[in-house]
Amino acid sequence: MIKAIVNVSLKAGVLDSQGKAVHHALDSLHFNGVNDVRVGKQIILKLDTDNKETAMNDVTKMCEELLANTVIEDYEIELV
Amino acid sequence: MKVSILQFPGTNCEYDTQHAFKELGAETEIIWHKSETIPADTNLLVVAGGFSYGDYLRSGAIARFSPVMKAVIAYAKNGGKVLGICNGFQVLTEAGLLPGALKRNENLHFISKHHHLKVINNDNVFLEKLENNSVVNIPIAHHDGNYFIDSDGLQELESNNQILLKYTDANGEIRNPNGSVESIAGVCNKDKNVFGLMPHPERAMELILGSDDGVAMLQGFLK
Repeated sequence: MIKAIVNVSLKAGVLDSQGKAVHHALDSLHFNGVNDVRVGKQIILKLDTDNKETAMNDVTKMCEELLANTVIEDYEIELV
Repeated sequence: MKVSILQFPGTNCEYDTQHAFKELGAETEIIWHKSETIPADTNLLVVAGGFSYGDYLRSGAIARFSPVMKAVIAYAKNGGKVLGICNGFQVLTEAGLLPGALKRNENLHFISKHHHLKVINNDNVFLEKLENNSVVNIPIAHHDGNYFIDSDGLQELESNNQILLKYTDANGEIRNPNGSVESIAGVCNKDKNVFGLMPHPERAMELILGSDDGVAMLQGFLK
């Protein structure tokens, strides 16, 4: 069994209002030195296959079709 | 005139929409999302507002894979008139029937209030009854209404006259409630038979409820 961890976040250049709000909150808590905050989501999939190549192909298709909206979002896939 | 209105789990504006179109004399039918067909005599297909599938993952992202959507896409590709209101707009962008995407409102708040809109392009079947640059007062009620499209896409929208409505004040000056690119409130596809807007014209049917500017708009959709 392979576990796939998918991280979806807004593309660079697309304003991330939630990230901005969190950044602002960190500032008010005096956590200085934070340059930028981006908020995304993590989707964890447990796959039947043991073949990493198959897993990567399948999860990439899932991201393109459903898990991410590639008009505004980027995704990263990690297999463990 | 037959108006078919889609209903997904979580849709909540289908009966308001039905009531509004009935008042204007249209025959209406509500279509459950499991249906694999839409009525053959449909003149206007409406994807109504609400929170289909609880907005899980992204607004409209799961509804777009409901069985009925195949029929909707075929209907649109055949030139059928499709209207998406609010969550319906989100579903149509997710389905690729309309360009762009709808992000969380810039101020992160759910916004529910009457808002003025300016008619930007009326050279389409939806708004041809309204004057260009005229201002209407229609309620908005959304959390994810912040329209986004990249600069190439925006240029294409502008050159094809696909931007139909923008958020303004009562005088028609731009006033942007949610951070939308260019204050866009509604766009259509290249072929101008699919129209999506975040505001709710079906909620602006009687003066006693704040505005009846939705009447002329909905009448236009019935032409």
